[in-house]
Amino acid sequence: MRFVFDGREHIAEPGDTLAAALLRNGVRIVATSLYAGRPRGVFGIGAEEPNAYVHVDSGGGETMLRATQVEVYDGLRARSLAGKGDLGTEPDTARYDKTHAHCDVLVVGAGPAGLAAALAAGASGARVILADEQPALGGGLLGARALLDGAPAADWLAAAAARLAAMPEVRVLPRTTVTGYHDHNYLTAVERRADCLADPPPHMARQRLWHIRARQVVLAAGAHERPIAFADNDRPGVMLAGAAASYAWRHGVLPGRRAVVFGAHDGALVAARDLADAGVEVAALADVRDGSVVVGTEADADGVLTAALIAPLGADGRPAGAPERVGCDLLAVSGGWDPAVHLCSQSGGRLAWSDEVAAFVPATSAQQERSVGAARGTFDLAAALAEGSDAGAQAAEATGFQGSGAELPTVESVPMDRQSPADERPFGAGRALAGRPPAAFFCVEPADEAAAGRVFVDLQRDATLRDLRRAVGAGMTSSEHVKRYTTIGTAADQGRTSGVLAVGLLANVLGRSMTDVGTTTYRPPYTPMSFALLAGRDRGRLADPERITALHAWHEARGAPFEDVGQWKRPWYFPQPGETGQPQDTMEQAVLRECRAAREDVAAMDASTLGKIELQGADVGEFLDRIYTGVFSALKVGRCKYGVMCAADGMVLDDGTVSRLSEGRWLMTTTTGNAGVVLDWLEEWLQTEWPSLDVRCTSVTEQWATVALVGPRSREVLAGLAPDLDVSNESFRFMDFREAEVAGLPARVFRISFSGELAYEINTPSWYGLALWQAVMAAGVTPYGTETMHVLRAEKGFVIVGQETDGTVTPQDLGMGWAVSKKKPDFVGKRSHQRADTARAGRKQLVGLLPDDARTVLAEGAQLVTGPPPTPPTPTHGHVTSSYRSAALERPFALAMVIDGAARHGETLYAVDGDQVTPVTVVEPVRYDKEGARRDG
Amino acid sequence: MLRIDCPWCGPRDETEFRYGGQADVFYPEDPSSLDDAAWAEYVFVRGNPKGWFAERWVHVAGCRRWFNTERHTVTYEFREAAP
Ligand SMILES: [Zn+2]
Repeated sequence: MRFVFDGREHIAEPGDTLAAALLRNGVRIVATSLYAGRPRGVFGIGAEEPNAYVHVDSGGGETMLRATQVEVYDGLRARSLAGKGDLGTEPDTARYDKTHAHCDVLVVGAGPAGLAAALAAGASGARVILADEQPALGGGLLGARALLDGAPAADWLAAAAARLAAMPEVRVLPRTTVTGYHDHNYLTAVERRADCLADPPPHMARQRLWHIRARQVVLAAGAHERPIAFADNDRPGVMLAGAAASYAWRHGVLPGRRAVVFGAHDGALVAARDLADAGVEVAALADVRDGSVVVGTEADADGVLTAALIAPLGADGRPAGAPERVGCDLLAVSGGWDPAVHLCSQSGGRLAWSDEVAAFVPATSAQQERSVGAARGTFDLAAALAEGSDAGAQAAEATGFQGSGAELPTVESVPMDRQSPADERPFGAGRALAGRPPAAFFCVEPADEAAAGRVFVDLQRDATLRDLRRAVGAGMTSSEHVKRYTTIGTAADQGRTSGVLAVGLLANVLGRSMTDVGTTTYRPPYTPMSFALLAGRDRGRLADPERITALHAWHEARGAPFEDVGQWKRPWYFPQPGETGQPQDTMEQAVLRECRAAREDVAAMDASTLGKIELQGADVGEFLDRIYTGVFSALKVGRCKYGVMCAADGMVLDDGTVSRLSEGRWLMTTTTGNAGVVLDWLEEWLQTEWPSLDVRCTSVTEQWATVALVGPRSREVLAGLAPDLDVSNESFRFMDFREAEVAGLPARVFRISFSGELAYEINTPSWYGLALWQAVMAAGVTPYGTETMHVLRAEKGFVIVGQETDGTVTPQDLGMGWAVSKKKPDFVGKRSHQRADTARAGRKQLVGLLPDDARTVLAEGAQLVTGPPPTPPTPTHGHVTSSYRSAALERPFALAMVIDGAARHGETLYAVDGDQVTPVTVVEPVRYDKEGARRDG
Repeated sequence: MLRIDCPWCGPRDETEFRYGGQADVFYPEDPSSLDDAAWAEYVFVRGNPKGWFAERWVHVAGCRRWFNTERHTVTYEFREAAP
């Protein structure tokens, strides 16, 4: 396989990760560090990698990927990064899917413990999902040298995979990283599908986001190798020891020719042996437990490692004596293994430091989960297999299945008692591996303060021992504070190789225990995930449902721009030929024309989006009396009434009309964006407070198309469309409701006006909506949109809930005390209207504003102050809530909420919008037809 | 994502529900007879215990019914509301 890295072509072997392939091709420098600009090489072999972050250009592209986890395919193109990603400018056109799954047992990690758990749980018949981030099952067994049942581990892995595949209730998800452990055993996982393919089929989603609800979870996520920090520990060539050995035995890649191994536990010795057996010359072994440490490194002109400096450790824990220089091109470091406790911690489990394994291990469990194998500090292979099997059986039993455990292989380790082929010094012989405890050793004290600035604690953040000491010097004593002060652990690698080092250093400085200091909080996602994946297919038009009315196609064909009102698409205005210029100019011309038509002739609007709730039952009148501020129980059949509803705090919640269709059937309308809220509100009171009331509510918003027919000629047009309907003012009065045939269609006609003009709202079942609208248009009626509707209502001082109101406004503040009953003993919100703050004078009240220059259309949201120029801090006296240019007034005007506004008519205020300051006169909010002379035509 | 047992529909994801706050906060029999402090107690003041909490939920994206339950505010465990 050929691939290109930083413009150069290389050859890779099947199964190579990009990191393995780069090592195979002798690429030592794979990145430049973020702040220090120092060269960096491959450091680890998995999710712990802090250095080798790359940008992949092929296959749709992705940035900030760990080279240790990028699978090479033929034609892969990638480049190194300098510590931060390179966000693409092109939209990601790949497909991302989401899928939901339920299972009895979710096993995270398919290493030996996880495989044993999945085999045991699967054998019980339980529904099992086994997820592992690597392309192949095996985890730590991949490339392992131990013999299982006397044969290479690969044989047992193949047999285990076959057994799992034969279990119908077991689903195995390779290349799947469980990224989040949320409440109630809800986990998320990222499955990489097309990322690893040179030529993925077009139907295949690039990645898939799994949402898994598991009854039981077995965490077998393995462990991450922890380094030891020392001066110049960031040179290319310095690598985790276990990782170095794994590259040799799993990928057949030698990460160096001549190695120094530096460790604090037996795992480092195992790695040294494995490197030696693979053909690496192990030149020296520095074991902290033997009083030997690496105090520094030397490098060539490119910054690549050429030697390690080894010194004895004094009694005070600091290096003592002159260091010995050992030439090497690989410095394999291993301070220990940190169990991958991330998911356990995310689930609410607490961690504690274990001296036995010198690492944080799961201590308490908060959800239905159990950690096994290396993830709980069990590093011995046979023990991990047994632990996994037991946990799988127990988890299955906890979900009602009969578990008996998995059939486990015998384990035969590679003996230690051999010598390096290149060195006479024994590094395994004579040292009993078992029983030699690990040392909790995190950092080699540098020679001086300057060197402390080259002891890299967090390689990805370039954060050093000196930074950490500064944090402590500044008074930080908690690991959370130190993390934020130093940025240690905040990079994309989430501090896998630095977090525990920082805790250890902090514990040393403060003289506190590791558990006492504790790790920082582990948060999802475990490894970074892309926003494109999170979005999935919910992008563009699929991001949110679009609600359209029965007349939508007509509006579109007529070229109307649309305004989003909640999820509704409403026609904003209907431009005509000749109305040209910038969009706002077109709109201004169209709206002035539409307004004139409504005020002087006849115009129609699609009002279908108004929320409509039908209420049925014997007690609807009583219920509405309690919910609305006004009296509704006395409403006669065939009549309509305007109402305001308040929340218990007395603030306006919604407004609309109620029509009594028959004795026990009522129709309520709500603000377009508030229909769902109002229906919930009604249900809440009915179900939780007044279940004895005989009232049923149902939404009928989408069952009816509504055409608002407005203007002095509307009666004439209606008469033409409904010849059988007596439309005379005496017979069909303001706020009357009639059932009639309109344009040959069944209709409900309400004489309701939101413009002050003679007006009708004609409702017909939705499937007749377009026919009704076309009939109205055929009568020579001007269509108008939401902008004109807003202007017309504002000229009349009619408020829109959510525009003039914001949850802090009472009906009285709006000058609508007339809609609030004084007679009713109670309604929701009434008692709050007597609270001192609600009843006081000088609250913000609705007013009109006239810009003094009669030209400026004020910005909605502009603050109102008393004098120019406003020198901050200037107290606000209110704000503009609605602002338009009016055809009828022949000038711009606005509505506003102003402190004590009702008493300030005539006063000059200044509307501030950025640098623009406009003097305005406070006026009465009703600007047009205050007498209501136009209502009856 | 909590998993909540609707008494009518069974266990469902949290996204199908709306939270209704503390349970058993009843609308006063005669609000006009309450002084401001007592009324404010009803309107504004709710418990915030660490531990078991009796609360209301409504299955808005399901059966639209309200119900009471008890939830532990530390562990998020649910249990049936005490009668
Ligand atoms: Zn339900």
